[in-house]
Amino acid sequence: MAEHAVVIGAGIVGAACAASLARLGHRVTVIEAGPVGGGATAAGMGHLVVMDDSPAQLALTSRSLELWAELAPRLPVAADYRTCGTLWVASDAEELAGILPKQAAYRTAGRAAGVLDAAELARIEPELRGGLCGGLRVPGDGVVYAPVAARFLLEHSGAALVRARVVNLAERKVRLDNGQTLAAEWVVVAGGAGASELLPDLPLRSRQGHLLITERGGPQVRHQLIELGYLKSAHASDADSVAFNVQPRPSGQLLIGSSRQFGRVSKEPDWPLLRRMLARAADYLPGLRRASALRIWTGQRSATPDHLPIIGPHPDRPGIYLALGHEGLGITAALGTAEVLAADLGGPASPLSAHDFGLRRFERQAVHA
Amino acid sequence: MTALETDLLIIGAGPAGLSAALSAAQGGAAVLLADLGPGPGGQIWRGAKASDGGESGTLLRGVQRQPNITALYGAQVALSERGPQGGHAVQFSTPQGPRRVLAQKIILASGATERFLPFPGWTLPGVVGAGGLQAMVKSGLDVRGARVLVAGSGPLLLAVAAGMRAAGAEVVGVAEQASPTRLLGFGLAAQRGGKVGEAAKLLWALRGVPYWPATYPVEASGGERLTQVELGGLTRRTLECDWLAAGFGLVPDTRLAALFGCALEGGAVKVGAWQQTSQPGIYAAGELTGIGGVDKARLEGSMAGYTATGQVERLRDLPTQLEQARHFQASLSRSFALRPSLRTLPAAGTLICRCEDVPHAALQACPSWTEAKLQTRCGMGTCQGRVCGPAAETLYGWTFTGVRPPLLPLPLADLLGE
Ligand SMILES: Cc1cc2nc3c(=O)[nH]c(=O)nc-3n(C[C@H](O)[C@H](O)[C@H](O)COP(=O)(O)OP(=O)(O)OC[C@H]3O[C@@H](n4cnc5c(N)ncnc54)[C@H](O)[C@@H]3O)c2cc1C
Ligand SMILES: Cc1cc2nc3c(=O)[nH]c(=O)nc-3n(C[C@H](O)[C@H](O)[C@H](O)COP(=O)(O)OP(=O)(O)OC[C@H]3O[C@@H](n4cnc5c(N)ncnc54)[C@H](O)[C@@H]3O)c2cc1C
Repeated sequence: MAEHAVVIGAGIVGAACAASLARLGHRVTVIEAGPVGGGATAAGMGHLVVMDDSPAQLALTSRSLELWAELAPRLPVAADYRTCGTLWVASDAEELAGILPKQAAYRTAGRAAGVLDAAELARIEPELRGGLCGGLRVPGDGVVYAPVAARFLLEHSGAALVRARVVNLAERKVRLDNGQTLAAEWVVVAGGAGASELLPDLPLRSRQGHLLITERGGPQVRHQLIELGYLKSAHASDADSVAFNVQPRPSGQLLIGSSRQFGRVSKEPDWPLLRRMLARAADYLPGLRRASALRIWTGQRSATPDHLPIIGPHPDRPGIYLALGHEGLGITAALGTAEVLAADLGGPASPLSAHDFGLRRFERQAVHA
Repeated sequence: MTALETDLLIIGAGPAGLSAALSAAQGGAAVLLADLGPGPGGQIWRGAKASDGGESGTLLRGVQRQPNITALYGAQVALSERGPQGGHAVQFSTPQGPRRVLAQKIILASGATERFLPFPGWTLPGVVGAGGLQAMVKSGLDVRGARVLVAGSGPLLLAVAAGMRAAGAEVVGVAEQASPTRLLGFGLAAQRGGKVGEAAKLLWALRGVPYWPATYPVEASGGERLTQVELGGLTRRTLECDWLAAGFGLVPDTRLAALFGCALEGGAVKVGAWQQTSQPGIYAAGELTGIGGVDKARLEGSMAGYTATGQVERLRDLPTQLEQARHFQASLSRSFALRPSLRTLPAAGTLICRCEDVPHAALQACPSWTEAKLQTRCGMGTCQGRVCGPAAETLYGWTFTGVRPPLLPLPLADLLGE
């Protein structure tokens, strides 16, 4: 008989998990307090990007990109899926020196990556400022409009959608704010930043980001452009940071990021930080000064101490499965996450099972630290 | 970018903003009065001059005589942030470039917009908002000899019809969706509210023009532009015309207040007894706190002007007068309540959001405004849902939320302050 599984959250991660559970033959109920795809999923940039900060991250993101490519032909047009590729831009010798190891890492993960010298960089992206040192082109990376992808995954899973807030998690049971209680063999917590309210002990912190979309008519670029200094500036510390990160939309608009900031949760932009972010973007892409800002918003990334998501059964709470803490990569990693879930629940094996995404790892890390 | 500093910034120079400026300035505060239009007046007194007779002239002369009121016209709010020394820093876009205003307190007086309900053919050239056509004529559009049909709901229809006639148009009729009994209720309320003179003047100006109650536009058609309109309801007929001026009542324009983070209630800015909003130091007056016309706007403006500058001793019987004006406001919304059948006017393919080409069918599948925005891009265009937001509230019962800065497209160079 089909077992009942409940998924908390209809963001991109919850929707992907619902699709996975349904494929395993579970009867699935997704519980969502707000709009489908309306949390971090709506705020994100939708860059599908392979990242290599750690072997686990490289495995998760590169496997997820394969899964996105498999899904792509079925996605609705409005999901705006495209493989525009990523162009990592080096502005100095130090960043340039990081290119070859990065290329090697991508190749071990089976992802193509081509090194460009300064002249080639200027030829394929002529709007970039002069004086840059070179770049790494990762042609298999892409973009997707995640709210539509989330809705698609949810609808095609056949899962029932309940519009309510989960107020309590008990063993194999959830209680909703409408008074209802649902029993389930598995409760998958994919509530993004909201998961902390249900499970306050999770090591999650919100890391706010800003995005700006331009009107049509700005400079034309072909790839998602990111500075290689991104790794230095954005991930390294807890301080507020900005990095050049620009995405061309199919409409001819540009999406401009990125900023990272702990300890601030507000819909109101942090204007000084936003200006820093824009100044950085305009430094790399001077033509941006000609563009007009159409809309500015903030969003919350839910981050763990090691910047990797938590995917796996809760070690102390039977029947609870965690799929959260994806920080700035949850749209990319949603499909890989759902594959790990399936493998853990008796579905087909996943190459990702070789890596440790479980909650227990933080205890081990604390012991070894 | 240099900044203008002021004690009080008033955004909107219609009846509410002008009254607020005058009251505030009486106490000696430095007042900056800003409006996106080329001069003062707002919707009702657009283009008014200090030399005019009547209420508007008196008010404008009063404002002009106050040395501590500075006016900034052609200035549209783009964004607002916390000021360097507390208060607010508001950035305006003007034809001369960006302007930054540092203000301790702010009064929002941004007025109303007209609700437009979509029906098949509404996107044809020649179909316009009723207030929109009125504004176009005031700015020089020649309608002499043109056949104009006025349709929709509310007292504004009569004002527009009279205005078109005065400008030389042939008004082929006025279709009002409200039923005759409800209209009678409004007539009585107007009588109690002392509005009989105004109404009589309008009716005299419109003598001979057919007036069809419980009637509304069902479809507009034509080739390149509008040639005919089919009416439904009590009076069913098809009319040839050059313009269809349609409007289904006014709604508070809350986008500016939403940008400032002010709480809304029932589609209007929520204010306390002293016109204060949920945001400290920010007040609201006029149509944006609830549609009530020029008298309510003036009284609320005075109230906000006094309270924002600590002159409560000058309020006198303002609170009582305001209560009466708001009474009238309540009867207005009862009389012109929109009939549910208007929700069935759009066909599956009728566009609701024109900026992003979103049809009715796509929106019917969504449970809320936010989800509709995310899934269909409805309201994501430049205007931030100015037209489709109020329409969607009526058609689907949603709450229109989620305004994001900037309020108008802003050159990145201006945003960077270069
Ligand atoms: C500025 C910014 C840029 C980003 N750019 C990218 C990018 O380019 N590429 C990328 O891969 N990722 C990016 N991300 C990260 C990505 O957006 C997130 O990692 C991802 O969306 C997380 O998805 P989720 O489904 O886990 O969370 P969410 O989308 O937040 O979904 C969680 C859902 O759970 C619901 N929920 C929570 N608690 C409850 C409850 N108790 N009951 C019922 N429902 C509940 C919420 O309402 C919400 O809808 C970015 C993030 C930000 C903020
Ligand atoms: C289209 C239309 C036509 C109308 N015609 C009539 C009529 O003929 N007769 C009648 O009695 N009533 C009419 N009204 C009703 C009118 O709202 C009130 O009579 C009265 O004008 C309300 O005064 P107010 O000060 O609240 O708002 P308004 O008079 O509307 O003044 C608001 C002012 O704020 C400015 N503003 C708005 N947003 C911004 C921004 N972001 N930045 C800078 N400035 C901003 C606007 O330019 C405007 O001048 C009309 C309303 C509308 C919407």
